[in-house]
Amino acid sequence: MARAEIGAIPAMPPIVDRHRTARRAHVWLAGLLVVVCICSLATGASGTSLWRVLTALLAGDPVSVTDRVVMLDIRLPRLVMGVLVGASLAVSGAVMQGLFRNPLADPGLVGVSAGAGLGAIMAIVLGAFLPSALITLVGNWTVPVAAFLGGWLSTIILYRVSTRAGRTSVATMLLAGIALGALAGAVSGILVYMADDRQLRDLTFWGLGSLAGATWSKVLVAGPMIGLSILATLYLGRGLNGLAMGEATAHHIGINVQRLKNGAIMTVALATGAAVAVSGGIGFVGIVVPHLLRLATGPDHETLLLNSALLGASLLLIADLVSRVIIAPADLPIGIVTAVLGAPVFLWILLRRRGLVDL
Amino acid sequence: MTLTARDIRVSLGRKQVPHGVDLNAEAGSVTAIVGPNGSGKTTLLRAITDEVPCLGQVMVEGLDIATAPGWQLAARRAVLPQMATLAFPFTVLEVVRMGLMSGGHGQDPSLPSRALAEVGLAGYEGRFFQELSGGEQQRAHLARVLVQVWAPVGQDGPRWLFLDEPVAALDIAHQLEVMDIVTRYARAGGGVIAVMHDLNLTALHADHVAIMSAGRIAAAGPPDLVMTDATLSKVYGCKLRVGVAPEGPRPFLLPHCAALA
Repeated sequence: MARAEIGAIPAMPPIVDRHRTARRAHVWLAGLLVVVCICSLATGASGTSLWRVLTALLAGDPVSVTDRVVMLDIRLPRLVMGVLVGASLAVSGAVMQGLFRNPLADPGLVGVSAGAGLGAIMAIVLGAFLPSALITLVGNWTVPVAAFLGGWLSTIILYRVSTRAGRTSVATMLLAGIALGALAGAVSGILVYMADDRQLRDLTFWGLGSLAGATWSKVLVAGPMIGLSILATLYLGRGLNGLAMGEATAHHIGINVQRLKNGAIMTVALATGAAVAVSGGIGFVGIVVPHLLRLATGPDHETLLLNSALLGASLLLIADLVSRVIIAPADLPIGIVTAVLGAPVFLWILLRRRGLVDL
Repeated sequence: MTLTARDIRVSLGRKQVPHGVDLNAEAGSVTAIVGPNGSGKTTLLRAITDEVPCLGQVMVEGLDIATAPGWQLAARRAVLPQMATLAFPFTVLEVVRMGLMSGGHGQDPSLPSRALAEVGLAGYEGRFFQELSGGEQQRAHLARVLVQVWAPVGQDGPRWLFLDEPVAALDIAHQLEVMDIVTRYARAGGGVIAVMHDLNLTALHADHVAIMSAGRIAAAGPPDLVMTDATLSKVYGCKLRVGVAPEGPRPFLLPHCAALA
């Protein structure tokens, strides 16, 4: 008969190598993304069927003009933009959480998206006052670059305000984020008030957050910025792991903390700026995706960041799918779908970690 | 084979603590920094590990810490902080593995488990770090620090351990265990600088003691020479009597002999 001994050592959990699980997750999540992409291409308000197009292509038959337009000019750019935006939202969330050492940091919650949005709105409304030479130089990039600058500036301000001597105060970060968001919102409001009718039409979709306006030109503008930020995550993971022990310890184990912070802030600003510029404010992807992955495969940023990109892309495509079919043939703004799914998860994290955010 | 710090000054508000401190330490021996609260021990350690900006010059094995790149320093010295924070639910093994990052030891993957066994945490690999007790967390961080500079002497010279109150949260058995690890590291040729609160453990294990008072070094030398009634009583502001342990020449203090001045 088993007998509890006084002073017996409690059973140790088995050593699970979460690193290997997380690496395997790369493959699974990539597979999921492929499946979701196919579903997304096959679904839409028009009668175009992916199967019909594929069989026609394989048999060498001509594809009808309608099918070609629906596939190549509507569904495909929307798919690619969904992948890009979903990946960038999740990556910017994960990087920001690593930088602030807190699972509640998310560009949408702490004013970075609002800052990026303000940059974009400024570019739309005040763009006419910019020197024409500059406009021809940056062209299509005016709005994304302005959004990037807005996001970059607000991340820097937020970090300066909430981090003292290498430690980030959660309360200060969230409160400063609210203040930043409110300020950016107020200035955006003034600009909207100043805007003319044509600009107002351009601005309307910011508040909604949608992939409906996806075009190849937008994909071409956002693609390089988002690609760059995802590439940067390959170099940030190790450093963000060290940063979890605080700036001083990260420095002691040989991490160039200043360079890491600059890189992380640039990555967040690039990813958020590009996503906001092409799709408006889509919330909660950046907080839900990294959190789910941390639960499943641990917080190691070396695998978390890439996995976040993959899962973020899949989840946003699924949300987009929901937004397209739920009130078809109309489009529900995708921001509504992500908020309905994401807000409860956010509340759940808050409840689980209440001690961490007590003021 | 030394660490030299010259004229170290750190500005804290309007005060300078430490205020023009010189410190020499030899590899192969344990150097302890002691002194009352607020005397500048921890700030001095932070200054010589390049954690806070300071005036003066610190050389570790010929490397000027102000100009040497971080990775180069990380391969030569490891630092155990007083308060260990950790964001996100890493396991003990994942935390200790972070000591492998600096890569000065050929990335031997068995080191983390060996270091955990060394600090008495064998089998804790799969536990969540945040679920450990304060003392266990401190020992897990010590394991991480040991992994970072595993060999006390490398091809390019001795390695250094900088420890800020390494035994503060530990019970007496683990205090002795950790001090034993540290002493063996020094005997094997490594350098050790430790900020200490416990004067008896200091007397027992340190080869060299620097006693700080109000941002300056009040006395420095071997413990039996500098840990005297007069010096300690003056520095700590209370009456202390130093005796000699029955078995050996090391000095010791008993609290019942102490009284507020």
